[in-house]
Amino acid sequence: MKLEEIAGKLNLRVLCCDEGLSREVRGGFVGDLLSDVMANSREGDLWITRQVHPNIVAVAVMKEHSAILLVQGGIPVEDTLSRARKEGIPILGTEINGFEAAGKIYGLMNP
Amino acid sequence: MSEIRYENFFPIEGGTFVNAGDVSSRIKSILKNLGVGSEVVRRAAIIAYESEINIVSYALRGTIRLSVTPDAVCIEAKDEGPGIPDIELAMQEGFSTATPMVREMGFGAGMGLSNIKKFSDSLEITSEVGQGTHVKTRINMAEAG
Repeated sequence: MKLEEIAGKLNLRVLCCDEGLSREVRGGFVGDLLSDVMANSREGDLWITRQVHPNIVAVAVMKEHSAILLVQGGIPVEDTLSRARKEGIPILGTEINGFEAAGKIYGLMNP
Repeated sequence: MSEIRYENFFPIEGGTFVNAGDVSSRIKSILKNLGVGSEVVRRAAIIAYESEINIVSYALRGTIRLSVTPDAVCIEAKDEGPGIPDIELAMQEGFSTATPMVREMGFGAGMGLSNIKKFSDSLEITSEVGQGTHVKTRINMAEAG
């Protein structure tokens, strides 16, 4: 499913890199422990996290995630956004929490 | 001993969290460009990242050596740092001596060394308290398709 479709249906805010909205989301992963995300997420995943610091971009680039979704109104620091722009990793945001976000996205992808 | 196809050394400064991941990203693209299989690249990237984060989190400075032979990818991390008094304890998932600041960023969950072990085919750790730590890993080309 395209990132654009998920963003539209869940009314997600695009915090960075709308040119990446055409990316294909192959799955998802929820995690705030970077080692866990590094070890267990997969290429093409939409990564759902509460972390907002610049290192999330390095992890998403390494794992070739489709995008990062910041939940519970998380606001990325400026350095996170500038790195994401440089690497072309879309960052989206929502007010809902990780549980709801994961459930809704899972439902969209597995109707 | 197989012939070395590629070898490089990457220096890392301790405490530089902002750049953490840069060296492992470079290692990942080097391996991809060398035509190494995607599963081996995935495992090597995880090991390189954890090694890099360990140096950034605990050591004064360190170096990651990447070498590639027709049979294996080897990642070796050597640092000048506090060393590990009890390696067996440090290998246990969940054990960590990370500072609260490091943990708040999502590092220091006590998964680093256990992930390095999980994703390598061989692992050798030597450490001297007050001197530093040397972690040698090998990923076989054949075993991961």
